[in-house]
Amino acid sequence: MTQPLLDMRGIVKSFSGVRALNGVSIQLARGEALSICGENGSGKSTLMKVLSGVWPHGSYEGEIFFEGNLVKAATIRDTEALGIVIIHQELALVKELSVLENIFLGNELGSFARLNDEEMHRRTSELLARVKLDVLPDTPIRDLGVGQQQLVEIAKALNKNVKLLILDEPTSSLTTTEIDILLNIVGELKQQGIACIYISHKLDEVLALSDWVTVIRDGDHIDTKSAADLTQNDIISMMVGRELDELFPREEHDIGDVVLRVKHATAKQAGAPRAQVDDVSFELRQGEILGIAGLIGSGRTELMQCLYGSYDGEYQAEIELEGQTVNIRSQRVALEAGIAMVPEDRKRHGIVPIMSVGRNITLSVLGQYSSWFGAVNEDKESHDINDYIAQLKVKTASADLSIKNLSGGNQQKAIIAKCLLTHPKILILDEPTRGIDVGAKYEIYKLMFALVKQGMSIIMVSSELSEVIGISDRVLVMHEGRLKGQFDHQGLTQEMIMNCAIKEGVANV
Amino acid sequence: MFKTIKTSQLQLFAMLAAMLLIVVFFSIATDGAFISPRNISNLIRQTAIVGVLAIGMVFVIISAEIDLSVGSMMGLLGGIAAILDVWFNFPILLTVLVTVIAGLALGLFNGWWVAYQRVPSFIVTLAGMLAFRGILVGLTDGATVAPTSSSLAVIGQSYVPSGWGISVVGLLCLGLIAKVYARRKARKQHGVENKAAKFEYAKALVAVVVLLVLLYALESYRGIPTPILIMGGLILIATYVAKRTAFGRRVYAIGGNIEATRMSGVNVERTKMLVFGFNGMMVAVAALILTSRLGAGSPAAGNMAELDAIAACVIGGTSLAGGVGAVFGAIMGALIMASLDNGMSMLDVPTFWQLIVKGMILLLAVWLDVKTKKAQ
Repeated sequence: MTQPLLDMRGIVKSFSGVRALNGVSIQLARGEALSICGENGSGKSTLMKVLSGVWPHGSYEGEIFFEGNLVKAATIRDTEALGIVIIHQELALVKELSVLENIFLGNELGSFARLNDEEMHRRTSELLARVKLDVLPDTPIRDLGVGQQQLVEIAKALNKNVKLLILDEPTSSLTTTEIDILLNIVGELKQQGIACIYISHKLDEVLALSDWVTVIRDGDHIDTKSAADLTQNDIISMMVGRELDELFPREEHDIGDVVLRVKHATAKQAGAPRAQVDDVSFELRQGEILGIAGLIGSGRTELMQCLYGSYDGEYQAEIELEGQTVNIRSQRVALEAGIAMVPEDRKRHGIVPIMSVGRNITLSVLGQYSSWFGAVNEDKESHDINDYIAQLKVKTASADLSIKNLSGGNQQKAIIAKCLLTHPKILILDEPTRGIDVGAKYEIYKLMFALVKQGMSIIMVSSELSEVIGISDRVLVMHEGRLKGQFDHQGLTQEMIMNCAIKEGVANV
Repeated sequence: MFKTIKTSQLQLFAMLAAMLLIVVFFSIATDGAFISPRNISNLIRQTAIVGVLAIGMVFVIISAEIDLSVGSMMGLLGGIAAILDVWFNFPILLTVLVTVIAGLALGLFNGWWVAYQRVPSFIVTLAGMLAFRGILVGLTDGATVAPTSSSLAVIGQSYVPSGWGISVVGLLCLGLIAKVYARRKARKQHGVENKAAKFEYAKALVAVVVLLVLLYALESYRGIPTPILIMGGLILIATYVAKRTAFGRRVYAIGGNIEATRMSGVNVERTKMLVFGFNGMMVAVAALILTSRLGAGSPAAGNMAELDAIAACVIGGTSLAGGVGAVFGAIMGALIMASLDNGMSMLDVPTFWQLIVKGMILLLAVWLDVKTKKAQ
């Protein structure tokens, strides 16, 4: 390596006496990609915040050199001026504005009185071509999919003359096709001399994309190795500090009679041309884990919303639960009938961030602790809270801590605890392991098997095909609102699911 | 020590400190007239109306909504009480009952539009602000309805007989200490450690001392004013509802994240409507106190009172974003506002200055709040 583009030396960052980073050093040359791996809470995000100037120069120990010069950034704007751009998991685009307006937001061309629309239009078309995004510059962001929005973010970064692009969990909500497009583009950017730091839990992407892999654990720099010399298992054991025998701890369990029969489920937004769920029928057996795969927009989540009564358009379905017909008009009815759901969007639909962990857990079942005039029996409540926190191994300093302070995996466990307290017969998990670390994933899988052994039935929606195959007993595949395929997990491969989810053709139900 | 103190407690200390500062300042500036028994009695009587309004408003704001119709609604309900009393000679209990039910109905009306019809509460209650005032002027023909009966005057103008007053406060003090004792015992049984627990007796002791000093001051004038007793009772009930009931818990959850609360199976719409209904009842109580004190129903009564109530909540640490706030804080906010009013009036500060100072205090309070939150 000649003079590296980026050279971070011995970064130490403490929060009120606790060391979040303990001497991390990374180097990166132009046109190279480095992946940073670590469990949630290991210090990855803190490192990126130090690099991008969220934590200003002087608030950490160690030195950062960029193109040979010491970086003394006070704000994100300073690092952006140097050519360091970070793209967060939560996209920072204004949904009401167009692609063009977003790309030039804050850097508009033209004079104060008149914008130079022609030039901005020309430049936007160029940038969109570079990221292979085939939309018009005037398209509003809200009309684009998440994957396309990600590409707009990259285009925006390119417009700022980016030299180092940081992608923080860019693919956690993308479909496989969208991920391939994104990875290709990052590959091309590398050839154009742009360096890239990639943060992801998806180790296959990490290995496919990067030249170097740095592993951080509990703030310590474990190692940086050439990606060519590593396997996924190597990275995992470096991350967790122990060998994981297997990613998916499948356990044998008995599958009983049909508990849930769904017939002709249909869901449609008012005024939309196409139904989001189009005449779907399926069955779920007791003690079964039913996986549901399909691209984003295939209607998986909407089908689950129909079962849980949370779909916000018109929907209908004949639902038979243990032989009884139920009419699920709202979430309340679903919970009373014995159907609980862990929603896809944890922040929006899962947690009440400012409330404590304990109060989040009991939110669904407050009635159970209430006297006739609604007074909550807090002794009984905290007994149950502590019980479930222990059972599900939710790592929190106290049940009274705000849930927003917990890592994603522990928040997810708390939401599962909330569902379990309602004693459901059927548990729906929509993307249960999205954005959570390997250790917590493993614990959630273990928990799922423990639950089905007790006779609960689980429906799991997931975009991670390895997870769908590794955990489910049976897999349904959806495509454009319809049920397109049904597979037993024995002998099932990712290719079989993808073929079914992507390609047009005869249904295989 | 400071690490164990939560933000909410820090805010409480800041508020108590501000209150103390105001008391000391005005006491010196008025040569002690500010803390004379007569003035203390006046001051807290002035707090009663805004205080009761703030109790209802704080629930609305915690659920991330707003109610701008409170002033007009108080005027209308006060007018209704006066009409029942003056024109129809209703017995006092019936007047109270009808007024409170009317308040509940108006509140539920607002709440129905907000919760079930999904019209933003700002708009619904802005409409109410205009319409309720209009109904009041229409009903009374724009004239004052007076004089009210002597029995209605009991609510706003009378004082509790001293024997009663002392026993009520005494019971309250004993209850407070007994509660701390019971809670500590329960905690020991369950083996739960609580770091804040060692301050519990100290806190209860401070509360008892403040109550007794207030009682002494009030008794050395004319006794406990009835409106203050009413407000005190409502504070206890509302605090209990907010902190200890499932309803209160759900209101905080709705303010914190309405989508997640709905996904948890909570009947979000009904809870919201009930919050507005509860607020309407508080407005009715405030209206009864107002009409009784004025001895008349006036078409201009309660003008802009909603802003005082909102200011009291916000100064008391309630977040307009929802999910955060407490009844006690809102009452402290109302007390701070009333103290400023009262003190400045005693110093003959011109009215325009009073408005400017109150505006600045509101800005300052929220600015400090934003600053301290950022610092964390």
